[in-house]
Amino acid sequence: MNAIAPALAAASGLAAAGSAAGLVSPERLRPALVGVCTAGVGAAGLAAGGAALGGQRWSASLPDLLPLAGVHLALDALSGLFTAVSGGVIVVAAVYGIGYSRQGPAGRGVQAVLPLFAWTLVMVPAGAAVSTFLLLWELMAASSLLLVVAEHRKRAAVREAGVWYAVMTHLGLVCLLIALVLFAARAGGETFPALRAASDTLSPAVRGTVFVLALAGFGSKADMVPLHAWLPRAYPEAPSHVSALMSAAMANLGAYGLIRTAFDLLGGGPRWWGLLAVALGAVTAVYGIVQAAVATDLKCLLAYSTSENLGLVLIGIGAALLFDAGGNCALAALALVAALLHVVNHAAFKALLFGAAGSVVRATGTRDLDALGGLRPRMPVTTALFAVGALGAIALPPGNGFISEWLLLQSLIHGLAAPGVATAVMLPVAIAAIALSAGLAAAAFVKALGVGFFARPRSAAAARAHESPPTMLAGAGLSAAACVALALVPGVLADGLGRAAAAAGLRGAGPTGGAGAAGGGPIGGGELRLRLTELSGRLAPLWIAAALVAAVAAVLLLVRALARGPRRTGAPLWACGAGAPTARMEYTATSFAEPLQRVFDDVLAPEQDVDVTPVRESAYLVERVRYQHRVPDRIEHRLYQPLLRLLARAGRAGRRLADGSVHRYLGYGFTTLVAVLLALVVTR
Amino acid sequence: MDLLRKIREIGRVAEPAPPHPEGEVPPSARELHGSAQVRHVDAGSCNGCEIEIGGAFGPVYDAERYGARLVASPRHADVLLVTGPVTRNMAEPLRRTHRAVPEPKVVVAVGDCAMNCGLLAGAYGVAGAVADIVPVDLEVPGCPPEPAAIVAALRRVTGR
Amino acid sequence: MNPVGTVAVVAQVVLACAGAPWLAGLMRQVRARLEGRVGAGPGQPWRDLRKLLHKQPVTATGTGPAFRAAPLVVVATAVVAAALVPLVSTRTPVSGDADLIVVVALLALGTVSLALAGLDTGTAFGGMGASREMTVAALVEPTLLMSVFALSIPADSTNLAAIVTGAVHDPARLATPTGLLAAVALVAVTLAETGRLPVDNPSTHLELTMIHEAMVLEYSGPDLALIELGAQLRLTVLLGLLASLFTPWGIATGTGAAALVLALVVVTVKVALLGALLAAAEVFLAKIRLFRVPELLAGSFLLALLAVAASYFLTGE
Repeated sequence: MNAIAPALAAASGLAAAGSAAGLVSPERLRPALVGVCTAGVGAAGLAAGGAALGGQRWSASLPDLLPLAGVHLALDALSGLFTAVSGGVIVVAAVYGIGYSRQGPAGRGVQAVLPLFAWTLVMVPAGAAVSTFLLLWELMAASSLLLVVAEHRKRAAVREAGVWYAVMTHLGLVCLLIALVLFAARAGGETFPALRAASDTLSPAVRGTVFVLALAGFGSKADMVPLHAWLPRAYPEAPSHVSALMSAAMANLGAYGLIRTAFDLLGGGPRWWGLLAVALGAVTAVYGIVQAAVATDLKCLLAYSTSENLGLVLIGIGAALLFDAGGNCALAALALVAALLHVVNHAAFKALLFGAAGSVVRATGTRDLDALGGLRPRMPVTTALFAVGALGAIALPPGNGFISEWLLLQSLIHGLAAPGVATAVMLPVAIAAIALSAGLAAAAFVKALGVGFFARPRSAAAARAHESPPTMLAGAGLSAAACVALALVPGVLADGLGRAAAAAGLRGAGPTGGAGAAGGGPIGGGELRLRLTELSGRLAPLWIAAALVAAVAAVLLLVRALARGPRRTGAPLWACGAGAPTARMEYTATSFAEPLQRVFDDVLAPEQDVDVTPVRESAYLVERVRYQHRVPDRIEHRLYQPLLRLLARAGRAGRRLADGSVHRYLGYGFTTLVAVLLALVVTR
Repeated sequence: MDLLRKIREIGRVAEPAPPHPEGEVPPSARELHGSAQVRHVDAGSCNGCEIEIGGAFGPVYDAERYGARLVASPRHADVLLVTGPVTRNMAEPLRRTHRAVPEPKVVVAVGDCAMNCGLLAGAYGVAGAVADIVPVDLEVPGCPPEPAAIVAALRRVTGR
Repeated sequence: MNPVGTVAVVAQVVLACAGAPWLAGLMRQVRARLEGRVGAGPGQPWRDLRKLLHKQPVTATGTGPAFRAAPLVVVATAVVAAALVPLVSTRTPVSGDADLIVVVALLALGTVSLALAGLDTGTAFGGMGASREMTVAALVEPTLLMSVFALSIPADSTNLAAIVTGAVHDPARLATPTGLLAAVALVAVTLAETGRLPVDNPSTHLELTMIHEAMVLEYSGPDLALIELGAQLRLTVLLGLLASLFTPWGIATGTGAAALVLALVVVTVKVALLGALLAAAEVFLAKIRLFRVPELLAGSFLLALLAVAASYFLTGE
C-alpha cells in the first residue's frame, strides 16, 4: 500500500482549501481556518516523507497538466527526508501562526498565500523534471516573497528587505535556470532519469559549469556566503512563523537541490567540487556565526545562525563529494548522513527558536536584545522553550545539534586517509571551522538567552511583557518535543538517513540487511546508541543525558544531606555596597559581544564615530558627545554596495542613450542590423 | 632563572608560628572549623590599618597558614574586617555589606578608630564606631595594630 | 559486564571527587612554599568546603532557575566526565562511550551554565565574567578539537579507551612530533579552560581582572561549595586526561583487580605531580591582558595544526 500518493493529494487539496479559506472566510475565523488547513498540509507532507523514508517510492507523470513539458513528480528517500522536514516545520509554524496572526498579519492576501507557500515547500523535493522543479521552485520563491513583505505598511525596512530578497532569489533562479537548462540540453531530455542516464556522457567542462552554477543558485537559497545578503534583512522583517518556515524549511531545500544535482544527477565529480563546497561551507559557517555572536537583534542573530548551520551542512556535502571522488564510499555516506541529520536537527531547533523569538517580539514590540531582559518571570514557558532550542543550537550534549556535529566531525577526522595534499589541508581547516563555529554559537546563544530573557528588563516594553496565547506555545512546544526526541533517540532515524544517502546515489550507503540486525547504513546500532558501522566510534546520547540527570540528582541529594547551615534566604544583589543595581548597570548584548568583536576586529571591521560638539563660547567646554557604533555586514558593504553603485552609474549612463528621439532609435536599429549582417558575412 | 635562584636563596620568609592566642572565641566562629574567608571593609580609615592588614597577609606573618583568606565578595566571606571610624557615607554600605554576608558571620573591628573612633571621635563626618553600626564580635586595638595582633585575632576566629 | 570495570569507574569517580580539593590544596601549598610562605596545608580546600556547607545559602533577588541550577550542572558535568575518562582502566562498562569529543563538550556545558548564571544575576560583574568566559571558551574550542584530531589519527578513533590502549601498546607514538605538539597545545588549552595563569588568576580580588570569579560573586554557602568543587574537579579531570593521554603507563588494560589498585596509586601520583608542576610554573607567570589571550590561543592552535600536518606528512602517505 503506497501512502505517498494519497498524502500528497491530501496536501494539495488542503492547500487549496486553506487558500480559499484565507480569501473568503471572515476575519475572526481566518487565522484558525488557515492554520488548521496549513497544519494539515504539513501533516500530509510528514506522512508522505515518512513513507518515502521508510522505503516506499512513488513517481507520477502528468503530461496534460502543463503545456509542452508536462509535470513529473517522484518521491524517493532523499526527497522524502526533505518533504518530511518541511512537513514537520509547517505543522509547527501553522499551529504557531494561529495565535500569532490574531494580532499580526491576518490580512486576506497573506493568509491565502501561506498554505500555498507551505504546499510548495512540501512539493519542491518531489519535482522530478527540470521544468517541474523550477516551476515549483519559483512558486516557492514568489510566495515566500509575498509573505516577507506582509508587514510592509508598518515598517519601511520591510520594503527594503523585500527588494533585496526578490533580487537575490531571482539571481539564484537565473543561475539554476542556466545550470539545469544547460544540463537538460546536453543530456537530451529534461526528466531526472534522463539527466541521470546522460550525465556520464557529458564533458567535464559542462559538468563543472553545471555544478558551479547549481552551487551558486542553491547556495543563495541556503544562505551561503557571499550570497547571503538578503538573509539578515528578510528573516528578521518577515512575520515570525514565516521566518521559521523560511529558515527551517526553505533554506534546507537549497541543500536538497545541491545534493540532488551533485550526487544523484551528476553522479559525483572531481575532487575540486568537494574542496570548493567545503571551503565555502567553512567560510559560511564561521562568517555567519561571527556575525551572530556580535548581533544585537534577536531575529538577526537567528538568521545568521541559520547561515552558520547551513554552512555546516555544506561542509558535510562537500566532504561527501570529496570522499566519493577519492573512492571512499563509506566515509562519503557518513558525511552525507551527518549533513542530512544536521538539516533535520537545525529545522527542529530553528523553528523553535524563531517561534520563541516571535513570541518575544509580539510581547514586547522590539527585537533589540539591548532593550530586552527580565522575560523569564514574565514569559516562563517561552523562556524554557527558547532554552531548549538554544541547547540544540550550541551543539553541546544533551542537545540535538551535538549529535549531527559529532557525526560530521567523525567523518572529517577519519577522512585524512583520503589522498591529496589539498585534502590534507582542507580537512583540518574544516574541523577548525566547525569547532570555532560551535564555540561562537555557544557565546551567541548564551548572549541571546542570558541577555534577552534573564536578569531585569532593560526597557519599559520588556517590563510589560506577558506570556503568549496557548496556540503559539503549543506550536513551539511541538518543535521542542522534536528537539528532545532527536537529542535522545536519534538512532530511530539511522535507517531512514541511510536510505536517503543511498537514494542520493552513494554506493554502499543504504541498509542492505547484510551487516547485522541494525542494518548496514553508515550509522546504526539501535535506538539507544549511534554506532558507526564502518569505523570505530559510538555515541550514546540517551545514556549521557541520563548520566547527567542522575549526577545532578545525586549532587543535589548529597548537598541537601550534608548542608548544616541555616535555611536558604533571599537577599538584594551585591552591588559593592551601593543600593540595588539598576537596569542600566546590566551587561547588554553589545557589551557582552564586545570582547569577541575586538578579537574579530579584522573580519567584522566595525564602524565607530565620535562626535564632539563644543559649546559656542569655548572650544574646550563640551556641550554634547555622541558616540555611534555599528557592525555592518562587511561583505554586503564591500561587495554589494560597489556593485550597486556601478549598476546605478551604468543606468544613469544608459539613460543618455534613450533620450526619446525617434530618429536616434531608428539609428540604433539600423546600426544593429548592419552589424548583424556584417557579422554574418564575416563568419559564413 | 633569576627568579629560580632567588627562590632558592631566600627560602622560607615566614616567621615561625607563635603559640595559639588566648582569649574567648566568638560563638559564631565555632562553626568555621579552621577556615575563614575574610572580606575587608574600609569604613573611613587613614589606610594605616590597611598597610598592617597587607602585612598580616604577606609572606612574613602569613595569615593564610591559619586558614584565613581574603576574598572578593561578602557572599563568600565569613569574617568582615572593618577598619576606621565609620563615616557618614560608609555607614549604609557597611550595613549592606554586613547583610550580604551569609550566616554565621564574625565582625572584627581593626584599630582604635574602629573600636571607639580614636583620634576622630566627634568629628563632623563620622557616624560612629563600627559597633554603633553593626554588631562587633572581636576588636583589635592599636593605632595601627601590629600585623601580629591582627593575625592573632584571625587565629581566634579560625581556631588554628 | 565485568565487575572490576564497574569498580574501576566507581573508584575513579570517587577518587576524582575526593582528590580534587586535595589537588587544589597541594597546588596552593606548592605555590606558597615557592613564595616563601608556610601555606595552609593541602587539606585547606576540604576545610573550606566543610565550612561552606555550614553556611547559609543566599539567593539574590531577581535570579531564577539558571542561577540555582548552575552549581549542580557544573559538578554533574565534571563528574560524568570523570567517569568517562580512562583514569584507571580502559576496560570499563562506559569505555565504549568514552568519546574525547563528548568529554570536551561536557566540560563546555558546565562553562555555559555558569555563564548563564552570571548573566542571570544581572550585575555588571556577572555579565562581564560571562562575556569573558564565553569569549575564551569559544576561542579554545578550535585548538581543543584540533588536538583531538591529532591524537585520534594514530588510533583511528576518537574513543579515549582506544587512544590510551593504543599508546600503552605502542609508546613510540607519544614521542613523535605529533604527540609532542599535541601535548603542548593541550596544556595551553587546559590552562585556559580551568582559568589558571596566564589566562585567569584564580586568586584575584580585583573584579575588573576577573574571568571565572566574576561570574560566581553572588554564590554563597553550599552553592559556593559546589562551584569550588566543580572548578577543582574540572582541573583534576583535565589533568587526569593529560596524564592518561601522554603518560598512559600504569592504566589497567586488563580485568585484574591488582592492576586496578596499582592504577589508582599511579594515577594519583601522576596527577599530583602534574598539579605541582603546574603550580610551580605559575609562580613564573603573570596574568596576560584579556586581549592578549587570543594570541596565546592562536599560538596553541598553530601547534595543534602542526601536529596534524606532521602526522600527515611524516607518515609518508
